[in-house]
Amino acid sequence: MSFLNLHMYGLTAPLVGAMLLYAAGRLGSRITLPIVFGSLSISLAASVLVFAEVLHVGPFSYTVGNWEPPYGIELVVDHLGALMILLISSVSLAAALSSSRSVAADLHERRRPFFTLYLILIAGLYGLALTGDAFNLYVLLEITSITTYGLIALGRGRAALSSFNYIVMGSIGACFYLLGIGYLYILTGTLNMADLHRIIPLLDGRGAALATAFAFLMVGLWIKMAFFPLHVWLPNAYTDMPDGAAVLIAPLMTKVTIFLMIRVMFSIFSPVYEFIQHMGVQQTIVGVAAVGIVCASAMALGQRDLRRMLAYIIIAEVGYMVGGLWLANAKGMTGAILHIVNDALMTLCLFLAAAAIAHRCGGMEFDRLQGLTRRMPLTMAAFIVGALSMIGVPPTCGFFSKWYLLLGGIEAGQWLYVGALIFSSLVNAVLFFRIIEIAFFPAAAAGDHGGGPQTVREAPQAMLQPLLVSAAALIGVGLATGPIVERVVRFALPVGF
Amino acid sequence: METLLDEIVAKYNYWIYVVLMMIGFYAMIGKSNLVKKLIGMNIFQTAIILMFISAGVKKGGGIPILDKQAVLERGVEAASIVNPLPHVLMLTAIVVAVSVTGVALAILQRIHGQFGTLEEDEILEKIER
Repeated sequence: MSFLNLHMYGLTAPLVGAMLLYAAGRLGSRITLPIVFGSLSISLAASVLVFAEVLHVGPFSYTVGNWEPPYGIELVVDHLGALMILLISSVSLAAALSSSRSVAADLHERRRPFFTLYLILIAGLYGLALTGDAFNLYVLLEITSITTYGLIALGRGRAALSSFNYIVMGSIGACFYLLGIGYLYILTGTLNMADLHRIIPLLDGRGAALATAFAFLMVGLWIKMAFFPLHVWLPNAYTDMPDGAAVLIAPLMTKVTIFLMIRVMFSIFSPVYEFIQHMGVQQTIVGVAAVGIVCASAMALGQRDLRRMLAYIIIAEVGYMVGGLWLANAKGMTGAILHIVNDALMTLCLFLAAAAIAHRCGGMEFDRLQGLTRRMPLTMAAFIVGALSMIGVPPTCGFFSKWYLLLGGIEAGQWLYVGALIFSSLVNAVLFFRIIEIAFFPAAAAGDHGGGPQTVREAPQAMLQPLLVSAAALIGVGLATGPIVERVVRFALPVGF
Repeated sequence: METLLDEIVAKYNYWIYVVLMMIGFYAMIGKSNLVKKLIGMNIFQTAIILMFISAGVKKGGGIPILDKQAVLERGVEAASIVNPLPHVLMLTAIVVAVSVTGVALAILQRIHGQFGTLEEDEILEKIER
């Protein structure tokens, strides 16, 4: 086993695990969890080794099946890709631990199909982080989307309708992306990202067609990542899906799509194309991102359900990262890339806490949270760490990426964006302190709800442990910001920044 | 006016794909029946498939199956064969479209079982109640 194909083990472990699970799961439900945790552990171990290898030796590429690029599909493991696979595999393992418990409670007889979809989704995300081929990216994007549709539809209540609306919007997004790829293929005759990157600057006089292709690719990805004002599908879908799926999908899907936008912007096109040849676009997009941050934060204020509120916060965070990337300076991009990691961990922490609360209290309306700090002290402690990170309080990691984004905004003179970041931080403070206040004071009239707060106990170990680890990771990653920027993010920036 | 007409006639295949796409888009956004939305989605995807396929057409191009002996002697004449790659890509895209449609139909079945209707406004009314 050489280092050169280690990432293939990380990629195929969840995929093989999914097939094994579906085929062998008929024998009995006892082997479900060992297969899930086994394949995710292999994936995590491979990711850690690949990440270490990239840090020591540098980026490398791998040709699947020995079909040479640009004709074969190339997998590229660079600093950003290695960081993403590490993030994906660690978040998914932590999420799976918690899901194993909430799925046992919610969907007991459908546990096998649930985890099959779950593993395929992880394999798809892992592939997205590695692929160096524009069309392969489309296929993997659809693999992740289709499994997400299925996982959302497993929820209760109006989940099926939310899932269908997501299918319609998600398919429009994917079709736009495919159309953009079609334009690029007609213009260049290649689908390999490195090859596209080489040929695109040579296409003088085809500006309109190239701009159309770029616009289609961007809009397609923006729909998938729920960038304001294309976000309408997200709140319902994220509120209605089962808790076990939310802890995986909420931290990873939007963040991986932002990573894909970085790939399109810097690996297929180049900063020269976006920021120098089309100056006005950049201003507009940062402006839209700022408006999106303000609107999503304002809408979060109006919610009475914890998970719905978190869904609106995710939309605001997407605005942070898109705006940061389009600031077109090193600080803004560093902040955006750092925020991909930090936001994934913060969202993981908050959604794990929400899942634990839902598991014990039976729901996530604010009224149910009364007096929770006394009943579930550890869960709420971790929740508070996640909340502080969302607000941006040092030394949690949320502070550092927001700091970089603010500095980038000031350097670029985008005052609207800077104002939106500060507004959103203040709104987050209001939102989370409202919840913390509710949780600190016991219910005025206890016993209003069936099985009310009196019977609520601390979350089970399987949900508590990943939650505490993720809360610790928020502080750990925050303290390690310097080395991360110095050794990873700096290499992920495009040439010239 | 004449130049615009010439433009349309010369590239009629692309205009057809744009019109089809708009029909699909209208059905996805404008219709309230969920099955009609799904059919709109299929029209939308088909339009893109047609776009790719028509981009791969060559006048007088044959099928891209080559005689090894002839290629070794005279090399490949690129003008005489159609580029197979757009077709291969669209095979994959068709597979993706079929699986999305399958998942969507299964979900529609669940919606129908749950609410007894596939009209979006009626479903929303039932959820409100």
